[in-house]
Order: sequence, then C-alpha cells, then structure tokens
Amino acid sequence: MIALTVNGTRHDVAADPFAPLSDTLREGLGLTGTKEGCNAGDCGACTVLMDGAQVCACLVSTAQAEGAEITTIEAADPLLDRLRAAFLARGAAQCGICTPGMLMAALDLLRRDVAPDRAAVEDALGGVLCRCTGYLQIADAVLDAARGTVIAAPADGRVGAAIPRLDGAPKVAGTELYGADDAPEDALWLRVVRSPHAHARFTLGDLDGARHRLGLFAILSARDVPGLNGFGIMPNLKDQPVFADGYVRYRGEAVLGLLGDRDVVAAVRDADLPITWEILPALHGVEAALTPDAPQLHDHAPGNILVRGHLRTGDAEPAFANAAARAGGTFRTAFVEHAYIEPEAGHAIPGEGGAMTILACTQAPVMDREETARVLGVAEEAVRIVPTACGGGFGGKLDVSVQPLLAVAARVANRPVRMTYTRTESMAASTKRHPAILYARMAADPKGRFTAFMLDGDFNTGAYASWGLTVANRVPVHASGPYRVPNVLNRTRAVYTNDTPAGAFRGFGVPQAAIATEALVDDLAIALGIDRWEIRRRNALGKGDVTPSGQVLHASAGLPDCLDALKPEWEAALARVAAHNTKHARHRLGAGIACMWYGCGNTALSNPSTMRISLARDGTLTLFNGAVDIGQGSTTVIGQIAADALGLPLSSLRQVLGDTALTPDAGKTSASRQTFVSGRAAAEAAKALRARILALANAGDGATLALDGTLLTVRDSHTTRVIDLAALDADLVAEARYDPPTVPLDADSQGVPYATYGFAAQLALVRVDTALGTVKVEEIVVAQDVGRAVNPLLVAGQIHGGVAQGLGLALMEEFIPGRTENLHDYLIPTAGDMPAIRIHLIEDPEPEGPFGAKGVGEPALVPTAPAILSAIRHATGVRMTEVPLLPHRLLGRLGGGEPPPAPLPSLSVGD
Amino acid sequence: MTAYHRPRSLDEALAIRAETGALPLAGGTDIHPLRTARAAWGEPWTMPVLDLSAVPGLDGIEEDATGWRIGARTSWTAIAEAALPPLFDGLRAAAREVGGRQVQNRGTIAGNLVTASPAGDGIPNLLALEAEVELASRDATRRLPVAEFVTGYRATALAPEEIVTALHVPRLDHARGRFEKLGARRYLVISIAMAAAVIAMEGDRVAEARIAIGACSPVARRLPALEAALVGQHPSEMASVPQPAHLTPLAPIDDIRATAAYRTDAALVLLRDLLAGFTA
Repeated sequence: MIALTVNGTRHDVAADPFAPLSDTLREGLGLTGTKEGCNAGDCGACTVLMDGAQVCACLVSTAQAEGAEITTIEAADPLLDRLRAAFLARGAAQCGICTPGMLMAALDLLRRDVAPDRAAVEDALGGVLCRCTGYLQIADAVLDAARGTVIAAPADGRVGAAIPRLDGAPKVAGTELYGADDAPEDALWLRVVRSPHAHARFTLGDLDGARHRLGLFAILSARDVPGLNGFGIMPNLKDQPVFADGYVRYRGEAVLGLLGDRDVVAAVRDADLPITWEILPALHGVEAALTPDAPQLHDHAPGNILVRGHLRTGDAEPAFANAAARAGGTFRTAFVEHAYIEPEAGHAIPGEGGAMTILACTQAPVMDREETARVLGVAEEAVRIVPTACGGGFGGKLDVSVQPLLAVAARVANRPVRMTYTRTESMAASTKRHPAILYARMAADPKGRFTAFMLDGDFNTGAYASWGLTVANRVPVHASGPYRVPNVLNRTRAVYTNDTPAGAFRGFGVPQAAIATEALVDDLAIALGIDRWEIRRRNALGKGDVTPSGQVLHASAGLPDCLDALKPEWEAALARVAAHNTKHARHRLGAGIACMWYGCGNTALSNPSTMRISLARDGTLTLFNGAVDIGQGSTTVIGQIAADALGLPLSSLRQVLGDTALTPDAGKTSASRQTFVSGRAAAEAAKALRARILALANAGDGATLALDGTLLTVRDSHTTRVIDLAALDADLVAEARYDPPTVPLDADSQGVPYATYGFAAQLALVRVDTALGTVKVEEIVVAQDVGRAVNPLLVAGQIHGGVAQGLGLALMEEFIPGRTENLHDYLIPTAGDMPAIRIHLIEDPEPEGPFGAKGVGEPALVPTAPAILSAIRHATGVRMTEVPLLPHRLLGRLGGGEPPPAPLPSLSVGD
Repeated sequence: MTAYHRPRSLDEALAIRAETGALPLAGGTDIHPLRTARAAWGEPWTMPVLDLSAVPGLDGIEEDATGWRIGARTSWTAIAEAALPPLFDGLRAAAREVGGRQVQNRGTIAGNLVTASPAGDGIPNLLALEAEVELASRDATRRLPVAEFVTGYRATALAPEEIVTALHVPRLDHARGRFEKLGARRYLVISIAMAAAVIAMEGDRVAEARIAIGACSPVARRLPALEAALVGQHPSEMASVPQPAHLTPLAPIDDIRATAAYRTDAALVLLRDLLAGFTA
C-alpha cells in the first residue's frame, strides 16, 4: 500500500509504485478530474500540485508522491474557486479537457505571484497544451483572477448575449466525464495490437494457445467480427476493416484485440504474439501511389484514385491565355494532426438480444450507431450511442474509432469492455488533414478583376477513404476563393496511399486550397501594381454575385464589409511595417491579408437536424438536443436560440443532450453546421411550442411568457392568462426538422451546394528573424461575417482557436507517419506562440439561419495560414509554397531572394 | 510488475545498483516518457528501476572555496531560483527553457546529463562551466569532467554499478554565463540548436572564453578555436569574432526539426547573438 495525501485527505492505495501518479489518482482513487493526454509530459493535462509546485502527474511515480501534499482539480480552495469563476466568465474552457491542468498551473502561479503580468502567466501555462481556445481567454482569465476583476455574466441569455457556456461548471470543477473517465467496475480492458508496418501481409498462428499462455480473456481478430468487418464514411464504401484480415495498408492499422485484466493486457509484448509478417513496399505520398506500376491498394480504386472532384464554369484556358496578368504555382501541405488533448476512449455494455450501448467521445453519435450496428450485424435500434464529454474533435472524432472495437469485444466477452487509446495510438491510427499538392493558376484583367482560375489538386487520403470524397468535392467549389471569377476549372483527386488515413479536419481541404489561391491573388496584385487589400476588395463576392457553381448569393455575403472593416488596420499595418523595415535589416516586419468563404453543412447533400422541446406537466422545460458539443459551444448557443424563440428565460431550460435513445438526430458536429442547421431546427421547434402555448391562451404573437413551477403565465397587451400545466392532459411537445435547401451539383459542380456561406478576411502582422528564419506572428486582425453572433464570447473563442490552428498549420505542424507520433515531435502552438487578436464581427444576417446566424468554427481557421504566408512574403520577399514553414525552410529560401518560379506543371493530372 | 526500488540511503541505493543494475530514476521526466513510447508499440517496460527520490543528500547547492557542488537531484527550478553568481546565468537561463514549468519542477540536472540527449539543454552549459561529474559506487567515488562523461549519442561513462551523486563547478572569477536556445515554438520544445558561453574578464578584456554548442553533434561540443580567438577581445567586439571555420567540431544532422545545413547557419547566428548579449 502507498499512502497518498490528496487535497488534505490521506488515502492508502494499492498501486504499482512505478505507476504514474496520474493513473493512481484516476484508477486507484477515482479522482478523474486529473486528465491524461499523453503520459509523456508533453501536454500538461495531468498537471497537479506536489508540495505546492505544478508537476505532470504522469511523470511522477506513485511511490514518489508518498509523503507529499498532492493538490488536484477536485480541491476546495478559495483561490482555485476564483480561477474557476474567471475561466467560466472568459470562456477559457471550451472542450474542457485541458482545463484542470490549466487551472492547476494557474493556481501554482498565483500562489507564487499575486500580481503576475501576461508574460508570467504565459510562462506558468506554457507547459499545458490547449487545442481549442488559442490560450488568450485563458491568460485573460488568470489575470482577472489575480486582479479580482472577474467579469459578471450578462443578466439574461437571449440571442446576442455573451453568456458563459451552460456546460462550463463541471469542466472547471473537474467533474465532467470524458471517454476515459467512467466505466463499470467489472469492465475488461481492450488493447489493440497495431501494425508497425505501413504495408504488409500477415498470418496469424495459434491465437488460442497464445491467449492461454498470456492469461488473456480473449484475443480478437477479424474472425470475431459478427457483422461486416468494415466501416467508413461513404455510404457504399466500408473500406476500413475493424480488424485487418491478413493485410494491412498503414502503420497503426488494428490487427488484434487483447482482452483481459488491465495489467495482463498491458504486460503482453506484441512480439510474443503469433503474427508472421510479410512486409511489402509501401506507397508513401500521392506521387508514389500514382506511378503507373504502383500496386493497387483497393480493388475498387484503379490507379489508387478513390474519387475525383470537378468544377467547370466558363472557359478557363483561353481566359487565362488572354489575361493581362497571370500567376501560377505548385503548393504543398503536410499531414496535420487534430491533436485533441483527449485521446479516443470509451466503454461498451452489452445488453439482451443483441443490444449494445457504447459510451465514448464522438462528434457523430448517429453515424456511430449505423457503423456499429453494421459491424455487429444487428439492427440500428439495437445500438445506443451515449456521447461522453468530448475533449476536442476538430473533425477527428467524426469517424468511429473505439466504437466498433469495443462493440465486438463486448459482444465476444458478453460483459462490459473499456479502452483508451494511448497518445501515440491516437496519432498513428486516427485520421489526419489531407496533405495536398496543388497546381493552381489564376489570371486577371488590367484592372485587377479576376478572369480565370484553374486548380489541379491531389489529396493524399491515406489507406482508407474516410472523408476523402468530401474533401475532393468541397475543394473544387471553394478553390477560387470568395471572389467573382467567371472562368473556373477545378479538378481534384483523392488518392489512396499507405499513409495514415486522412479524413475530416476543420475545413475539409479548403484551408489547403486557400494557401494556393491567396498566394496567387498576391501574385496578381504584385504583377499589376495593385494593393493586396484593394485587389481583394475589387473581386470580393457580395450580395447578388454568382459563385463558380452558378449559385446566386441572395443574402448574408458580408465579405465586402469584412474587408472594409480591416481597411484602416491594413493601412496602419503597412505604415508600421514600412517605418520599421527602413531601420531594421534583420528583424523585419510584414503585413499580409487573406480571405475565405466556407459553405455551412454538407456539400449538396441533405443534412437535416431534428430538435424536440417539451414543456411538461410538472413545469420542466426540456430541449432534446442531439447536437454534440465538442467544446465549440452548441449546447449553449442552441439553448439560447431555443429559449429566445420560445420566449422563456434560458435559466428555465434544461437539456437532454445527444443520446441516440433519447434525442432526435441532430446530425454530426461538422462543417460548421450545428449553429446554422440544428440551431434553426431548435428555433422552429421552440416557435412551434410557442404557437401551441399562444393558442391555448388565445394570445397574440407579441405575448410574453413566464413560468413559475407549473404555472405558465401568458400576457399580451390586453389579457393575462395563467395556464396550469399540471392540469393539462399531456405535456406540450413540439418537434421540428430543418434541412438546409441545396440543389444537387451536376457533373460540372453547377447547382446550389450550400444554403449559406461564412465569409472572413484576416490581416496578419509578423516579425521575421531573417538570420534564423524564425517567424513570430504578432497580430491577427479578424473580420468575419457570422450572420448573427448568437454568443459573442463563444464566437471569439472559436475565432481564437481557429487562428491558433491556422498558425500551427502555417508554421510548425507536420505529421510524419512513424516519426512524429507524439506531442513533443509533433508541435502545436503553446501559450507563448499566440499573437494578439482583434475581431470585427460582421453580422450580415442569413435569412435561413436562426436569428440570422450561420457557422463560425471552420471559417476562423481558413484565412490564417495564407495571411501569415502573405505577411512573410511582405517581410522578406520570399514566396513560400510549402507548409509548415519551419525555420530551416524559410532560411533556405532567404539566401537568394525571390526564387525562380516553379515550372508550371502539366494540368493533365486531373483527367 | 517491474521491480521498483526506493531506498532511503545512498549506501542502500548503491548496493541495489550494484546487485541489480536497476535504472536510476530521479525526476522521471525522461524515464516515464520512454516507458510510454515503448508501450505504445507493444513493448512493456521490464527493466528494474532505482528511484533515488528518497535518498538524502542528493539535492541542494553548496559553495566552498573551490566552487559549487550541485546535488544530482537538484531540479531546474531550484537552479533557476538559487542565489548563484553570474557565472551561472547561462545554466539558469537553460533551467527556464527545459520543457515547461512542470518538467522544470521535476527534472534534475544529473538526469539531463545522464540521458545524454544531443539536445539536452543543460549539457552545453555544464561544458562551459567545466563541470565535473561525481560518480559513486559501493567501492569508490570518482570524478570525471562532463566532456569525458558524455561519450556519444545517449551514451555516458556511467558504470553499471555507479550513480551520479553531484556536479562540481569550479570557481571562475569575473565570469558570466549566457545561453541561447532555438526551437520552433516558444515552450515545450526540443532545441534545434543552442549555444552556451562563460566569459571571464580581466579589466575590459576577455581573459577566458568557454563556448559550447548543443544539438549540432551527437554530443554537445566546445569550440576551442573560437574560444582562443575571443581571448583579449573587448566585449563589444566579441559578436564579430565567430566565423564558420570555428564550427568544425560540429557534425549536425538532418532531422524533422531542421537540416544539417540550417543547423550550421543557425549555430553561427546563435553564437553571435550569444556574445552580443554580454554587452546588452
């Protein structure tokens, strides 16, 4: 037994002395507020205080904590309470998975330093990674707590109020339950044995013998999958096996499942398992996969091409040939890892008659149910998906991960099974942002009006399809940027390789395309001697304009307003850069600008949401909200919308959240659709309930409602009517479904792919050390058309987080399979890497959206990287065509000034 | 379950080390991540562990007439916060650049040295301080200069029965240290390159210069030619002294963080910045 003193209480715990303290706190003492994100000291999620000093609990042997005072997020402490309140008020917790670690790091600081400045706060928080917030609201919250200036929340939660998130209290208390935080006592542990090879055949030997010898409950393989051994996003292509069947296509693919007691599955050496490998040459990158003699990785994909995307309008080649100014280039982007701080985790509970309940972190519970039911070979109704709190997603938790594995294991074992991915497993096995090779050309007339755009883009979709189709179809629609371009020809391919599967990641290929397009816009501005802001303003899509898909933008097209909002800051930035650079040779400033547009929701496919709201006879008002809040704030925003549309205060609304047995289908949390689509459904449901109430009261449209217990008071200008809900025959229930209106795309991608688009422009100010090739982004100024900011606090949080991810994409993030499979080799921005951010919210209302709102999350990321690259070019003259722009890549180009233009590639690659 | 020893005395620790060859663990900031990395690909930890955290006398900094004795288990935070003369300014700067504050609170100076990563932020500073490693075994105690102790990429002269018990830093009057670290982000970053210096003055001239570069060779290296060239210089002239030829002891490699060519270029820039900083 090891004696631990945690939050002032002594515990005697039976633990392995070498076990990380984080594990003993969680599994031994049930103190799951301490999160484990990497078990390597790279993320800081497990930060606790040990004798008052912040430490990563994953780096402390349990034995070493004996005799020390350990303080965790569960502690009762007035200073910690002040920090909790400040975090809530500032929106410093989004998904909340890093929040306990952040709070403990901040507590350590404020106990040492009662009046820290921002630099001291960054130093103190620098060891805790956050992927959602961009850190600024966290630093503000710590400063607020230190100064005792915690801001008061708005009095009511109507649409437009910057209220703290409704689900924030458990996140700052450490009581929120994520995928790894809860499981039945008798659950077996599942550990997946994954292929260390990118491409191989294998044979399995005597698994039963191995199971017996190793003391395992079972060793699962492809033969144990009761239904279809396949899953995948595309309805007709379930190309990824749950367990590989003799053949693996990427490093990290699941081969076997070890089921048993936790210590036993952990003690198994993979090398002791009866797997015989025959290693095959691997296709890394699309160029390798597209060579004529490359092996074909899937029977359904000749030439390893999963799918092609295509958009054509006008006649681009002659328009390009005859233009006054032409630009072209080849651009490359890397695999980017989502790096949510919560690795995939959950548990499954088998029921009677084929039933299965899975509790796991996810962005798409209904899709999880379909996939899991198919794998189990049961009806969808037999499977219940209960999303746990989700510690970040960004697209990476749209695909199933643990769900089918747990389901198969629980079916075989006929008892509960749990699993938690390790960080490396999460990084090696889960989807990534598609690396892209983009061959793009763009042309303009003498006045700088764009005349032609052409793109041939190859996207490395890795070993399995995942969201490759979506990327291939979304990119052609968006690639010419938020500009009027009459002649466009865009061709994309998603290409199978032996790399990690690429799937959905905030922007679905649009961020990659924007890097190419915005560089070409700068090229044309330079060629024509037009200011970079000016050329964008002249071409900006606005109301009444026609997109390359032939869609007329009837409303909510606020890019001209965004650019106008940035104009004074753009001019000031240019002046500041010019003044600085005349005096400084080495550390040069640069200003850059980029624009983006982003269609909210699926590309020309139905993506409905259904919401239900009830006012029960006991007086409870409930929204049955199936939208999964992965930190972006949908629970709060949709709650605000529903309460406001109904006309009752938000404080009287309770919510039943995403559970396939309890809530209607609100679709997936992706494509910036929840505020827009689910929000609209919630507004319609609430309006329908309101209409029922007004009809009962025989009141007019302008009536006000008040709820007190079971008494609902309805007042209009001439009457007051009190309805006793308890006396009604039934609860008042209303349900509404909203599917954004789109028109299917033809072979040339002509149609109405999206009901609405987000628009944004960003200005970047960077400081480049031209001797070292390092870049510090000093400022980002954002102007974003959100239609209507339902909650400006949460909108700001989304924008900050998007900027952080865009900064990472531009400067440091590069997933290399087999090499950067942890969070010290794969770098994401830390608290010290963030620029100052100023935001101009443009509210050009979207008639389809609830209260005029549309999506926010992805648009915030798209312009950041191209704006930074534009600024680096301004500072140095170097036009970079590859990200991430690591210091050696930039310095390598700084020596010789503007490099020779890359030869324009043949555009035949998209045929 | 892995054998895990947590002795309460140095004698006991040395006996366990001699008898079992158990791996010494202090702050755990390298060993726990190593265990995690292996487990991720199905290689469970099996090596016995010798936890030194309960052994008295292994931490703290003592000063005597000849210099300073830094206990092996002294944490980066303790070094950063210790009352030490300007000679240690480089080491103390490094103490604030290792990992994040969590790692600085746990990671130890001897652990950084014994891990012997080419990118260990402490090692160039210890080279510039001309520190010696105190090694104890059941039978003897010996001292080795840091430059002889670190023998290669993650390799040291630590004998199977030995434990590092302290580092000794000799006195150097009128001396100041500096440290420059280059990484691709602000915190929690493995160095692309780093430079450490100790400069001792006599009047307004450099009397002695010790310069070391890290992450540009399997083991951090001193630059004797540069050191010689700096002697006799006025501090304001130092930044112009480093030249490419001074970097010949380095052997940088291409890896995910940078190319070899970049490291060479960056090392020269870091050296000039490092030396310019003495007059800032």
